Amino acid sequence: MDALTWHRVQFAFTLIYHYLFPQLTMGLALIIVVLKGLALKLNSQRYDEVARFWVRIFTINFAVGVVTGIPMEFQFGTNWARFSNFAGGVVGMTLAMEGMFAFFAESAFLGLLLFGERKLGPRLHFLSAVMVFVGSWLSGYFIIVTNAFMQHPVGYSIAGDGNLQLANATAFLLNPWAIWQYLHNMSAAVITGSFVVAAVGAYWALMRQHEDHARICLKVGVIIGLAACCLQLFPTGDQQGKMVATYQRSTLAAMEGKFESSSHAELAIIGQPDVVNRRLENPIYVPWILSFLCYGSFGAIVEGMNDFPPDQLPDNIELLYYAYHIMVGLGTFLFALMGASAAMLMKGRLYANRPLLWLLMLAFPFPYVATTAGWMVAELGRQPWTVWGLQRTAQATSPLVHGGNVVFSILGFMGLYMVVGILFLYLVTKEISKGPAQLTGSH
Amino acid sequence: MHALWYTIIVIMLSIYVVLDGFDFGAGILHPFVAQTDKERRQIFNAIGPFWNGNEVWLVGSGGLLVFAFPKVYSAGFSGFYLPLMMVLWLLIVRGLSIEFRSKEDNPLWRAFWDACFFAASLVLAIVFGAALGNVIRGVPLLASGYFDGSLFTDFMPGRYPGVLDWYTIAVGVFAALTLAGHGALFLAYRTLDSVRERCMKAAKILWPAILLSGVAVTYLTWLVRPQIYASLIARPWTWTLASLIVAGAVLIFWSLRHGRELIAFAGSVAVITGLLSATAAGMYPNMLMSTIDQAYTLTAVNSATATNALLTGLVWWLPAFFLAVLYFTNLYRVFRGKIDALEDAYGHSDTSI
Repeated sequence: MDALTWHRVQFAFTLIYHYLFPQLTMGLALIIVVLKGLALKLNSQRYDEVARFWVRIFTINFAVGVVTGIPMEFQFGTNWARFSNFAGGVVGMTLAMEGMFAFFAESAFLGLLLFGERKLGPRLHFLSAVMVFVGSWLSGYFIIVTNAFMQHPVGYSIAGDGNLQLANATAFLLNPWAIWQYLHNMSAAVITGSFVVAAVGAYWALMRQHEDHARICLKVGVIIGLAACCLQLFPTGDQQGKMVATYQRSTLAAMEGKFESSSHAELAIIGQPDVVNRRLENPIYVPWILSFLCYGSFGAIVEGMNDFPPDQLPDNIELLYYAYHIMVGLGTFLFALMGASAAMLMKGRLYANRPLLWLLMLAFPFPYVATTAGWMVAELGRQPWTVWGLQRTAQATSPLVHGGNVVFSILGFMGLYMVVGILFLYLVTKEISKGPAQLTGSH
Repeated sequence: MHALWYTIIVIMLSIYVVLDGFDFGAGILHPFVAQTDKERRQIFNAIGPFWNGNEVWLVGSGGLLVFAFPKVYSAGFSGFYLPLMMVLWLLIVRGLSIEFRSKEDNPLWRAFWDACFFAASLVLAIVFGAALGNVIRGVPLLASGYFDGSLFTDFMPGRYPGVLDWYTIAVGVFAALTLAGHGALFLAYRTLDSVRERCMKAAKILWPAILLSGVAVTYLTWLVRPQIYASLIARPWTWTLASLIVAGAVLIFWSLRHGRELIAFAGSVAVITGLLSATAAGMYPNMLMSTIDQAYTLTAVNSATATNALLTGLVWWLPAFFLAVLYFTNLYRVFRGKIDALEDAYGHSDTSI
């Protein structure tokens, strides 16, 4: 493999691993605010105990998210120096704003949230939780704006030395691509958070432990989870798809496994793309739907991959196709599961429905898989570009960092992250089996 | 505008070193000043609410560097590829050692993380010092604007120096000593009884050593990069920065004698700020000097992003900086003074949070 491939493997590996943690951070931050808010409103000790339990999980998760996040910012320079040089004048702004506006708020108030409950009193402590939530969600926005610029560059001009410079900060910050991508991504984070909360509730319920706390986790997890699953499909998923269909037509064709252009285009539910022979094997189609989903009319023409020159198409069509189909398939499954759980919850029968509790307990990895697959769609779909239409990935790497250096660091990251993963799982499982503390010390 | 953004980066980095510096110092010192688990918990609770926020100043500085001086960021980060990867691993180990240590009562678990915390803090302090040494000495920047920094060559600061040579190692050792001394004063301010006494004792040993090695490193810098001193002499306003170092040092020795740890810590803040800002003022406008050809040097002028973007940046940087200062003042105000049992979030595994 050449250096470029190794650079991509390292970035993909460290990014996918990293994002397992912030998605739960952002989802849980919202749920903790809700739990603490309910505790204040209902003046309920139980809600407070559940909130404290999730703050403990949040801390462990946040710590791993922070330490695996710093390598991401470094790698823009270490591995993608020509990208930083070319686009740093634009995307550097949101990277800097993330630190200045989001991380400072998040970290300063996290210190208060973790260490200050007894010093601050309930209201100020609730405010700290709100600020941690605001900080983590702001940080998500700045990163999404950065990625949205790479997907659909706006608000820039080209300087005399050929590099990009910021021309219109407002246009850059309010990139329409960023708005939908952000909402889609944040509702995915809430889905992850609510499935994790519901899964722990289901576990305690099945074990017949901490029954009051289990009910709270199930109720809050399922209600928030169903709302987020709805938003995930419509409008955010729908609008995000239309963005791709409008601005990245070659990506759309590859995602859908569509080779021939046509009107009344069919949607492939399943099938294996045979890129060499330009066809989809064993397909199951829904007629006309793709044209409608993309452009709002059954007669609209959807272009196929055969209409694009090969050097304009993503270089890993198969993986892109599967990532997209896994995302949509799992999204549908998660929606159905939360829908069924919510129906049972409304009838007051969820707590006694053991098969459904089993499903809820076991389903928590799927939001992680779906979110990872979604980001793979975004990143593989943007290929062969780093900045769509402006800089190719092959031209974005650090020119003097050779494959030997990168393989060395990939192996280092793999070893270290494996240890981190084992420790994380160990500590979280321990917290879950310990459960929410009934006794709250000297208030 | 270039000078202003150069100053902003220096301010951000100085705040980073001052703040994260004391928890690095705590990491280096804790095996010596705290022996029992109860004493160690004092150390972790002393820095617990702060360390993560402190590290954000590094992330913030990095982001601002990408934005304002993308050429410096891309050249520096790709040139220092291997050392930076190791820095990342050490930062990961260090962060986890603080957060994971208290999650288990097992003495071996805690001993393991204590060792990680110590080793990662020490090596990182040396490496960050060596990084500053590299910036002062210069790197083999090519006409393309990039360089391939070897970890080491012949350990001499010549035309093709490695990241480590006798000069950068000397700066690294000086940095580790300084941060240990800085941390000793912070811990003396935050801790109680035996830990406080040992920290004061450590500070009394460390600060004379810092003073001596500081003089030595100043002399070595004059050998490697005499231009810095020429610029400092040519810019009389920078003498206030140099006098800040002297004033800080005097303050430290006076308050160490009188047992005033907070004032001593303030003196240590002054010394570190003075050292960094005087170095930066002497370097200006150079950001990354080329040891191959002066013409390839990246300066605040030739590597800055477009002026109107820098102006836009100022519009949001000022309020953001103000907010950050506000958050941090509040955080440090809430957890001012000696640690007490009430804020013991790490030690107790049986109660809330």
